[in-house]
Amino acid sequence: MDVSPGPIVSAKDLTRRFGTVLAVDHVSLNIAAGELFGLIGPNGAGKSTLMKMFTTMIPPTSGRATIAGFDVAVQPQEVRKRIGYVPQLLSADGELTGYENMLLSARLYLIPSAARESRVQAALEMMGLTDVKNRLVQTYSGGMARRLEIAQSTLHRPAVLFMDEPTVGLDPGGRRAVWEHVRALHREMGAAVVFSTHYMDEAEAVCDRLALIAHGKVAALGTPDELKARLGGQASLDDVFAELTNERIAPVGGGQ
Amino acid sequence: MSGGPSSGPVRRTAMLDSAGAYLTQVFAVADAEVIKLRHDPTDLISRAVQPILWLLLFGQVMAHVRGLNTTGGDYLDFLAPGILAQSVLFVAIFYGLSAIWERDLGVLHRYMVSPAPRSALVIGKALASSSRGLSQAVVIYACAALMGVGLSFRPVDLALVAGLIVLASALFSTFSLIIACIVKTRERFMGVGQFLTMPIFFASNAIYPLTLMPGWLRVVARINPLSYQVDALRCLMLKGGHSQFGLGLDAGVLLLVTALLIVIATRLYPRLTQ
Repeated sequence: MDVSPGPIVSAKDLTRRFGTVLAVDHVSLNIAAGELFGLIGPNGAGKSTLMKMFTTMIPPTSGRATIAGFDVAVQPQEVRKRIGYVPQLLSADGELTGYENMLLSARLYLIPSAARESRVQAALEMMGLTDVKNRLVQTYSGGMARRLEIAQSTLHRPAVLFMDEPTVGLDPGGRRAVWEHVRALHREMGAAVVFSTHYMDEAEAVCDRLALIAHGKVAALGTPDELKARLGGQASLDDVFAELTNERIAPVGGGQ
Repeated sequence: MSGGPSSGPVRRTAMLDSAGAYLTQVFAVADAEVIKLRHDPTDLISRAVQPILWLLLFGQVMAHVRGLNTTGGDYLDFLAPGILAQSVLFVAIFYGLSAIWERDLGVLHRYMVSPAPRSALVIGKALASSSRGLSQAVVIYACAALMGVGLSFRPVDLALVAGLIVLASALFSTFSLIIACIVKTRERFMGVGQFLTMPIFFASNAIYPLTLMPGWLRVVARINPLSYQVDALRCLMLKGGHSQFGLGLDAGVLLLVTALLIVIATRLYPRLTQ
């Protein structure tokens, strides 16, 4: 893939308005090639909207975002060649088998026909789906479907993989399996991984750096340790989250 | 990189490559639908019932009404191409519903985030709908043959009928996709779909000749693409069939309208995921 000296993902004053609602408000951040980057923040903070702009699904109202140097608004086609995207909703087709879903992606991404079969089989193997590849996806568990979508999204070896709350609704075993496979994939491909999550333990364990998004803005940006150090002492990421989003949990019995 | 005379063959190869890439993406989309129908053909079977009922019940009764027939032949001969056109229309016109469904599920995101040009996605979806239209044709041909309709089985005629069905399916399914992109929800789509189907069907020459219509309706029928599809089918499906408007005009109108609708749908399709 592109060896660009600059950041692989870059946003400068990126803004998106829906009517009068300011969903993303002048966000600026850079993500380096190969970085594992987390987006945390409460529901409705703007994480999904931010990710949809990075993945060319919605155009920015103002400001600029680039992927590997390509502007998402100007050259969306070039951007799409370089990214993988696992949206919040299930994007694998339930009425097709895992294998058929993979083949569909391989053709959409123009993997040369001679390499298609071997690439698809290798990707299924890597995600631990070889045994279930001929089953309809509607019979998959949530974790299996997510792993299939990750395989579909990385078949073309993107420079960045975006995942919008990839483990929401999964049981602990499913969550663990997803992250184990993402880590292995990251080691092998070296792609940057940008994901959003509500699970602080997950954010802390997985990402190199994270951005806390609140009210459409970047409220904090840094490594998990840096963010915790801002509060000092024994602060956890949960504390940081509560402090910066003003969503302190009322102590039990402390209500009215 | 100036385009000197020597760059001609190179450019031609590049153009062939990108045309091949485009077709790969078009057929990736279309194939997905065909595979799904193979997994579960119940939809195809249940949809085949309606045209059979039209031929069997409506056709048998109306065949006894004098004055309906202007072509000199049997009313069933007149009706069969109309019912084929109708069933292609009915299958295609609700196709937009599946686009909304795919958006609601999330499947559409997988297509939209891929580097495939939006027009390739639209054309792929249009061809997917054609596969359903063709399966309807097989059923209607079988039923009409059993009822004694004078069908033409010349290979050329059959191939042209198939082409016509692909084209008409593409036309009406793309029209349906455009409506889906505008109304965006299943509930609204159902309302609009019902509202549109009947006028397109009845304001056409599908089940009665244009000569029986009042003047204003005849004008509507003449700008209705379905009339041109029916006209071409009457010419190609039947032994000794002939076209009222001319096959060239029929094909021209259908091609032009389809192309126009594909251009519009290409612009609107990405709005579904926004």
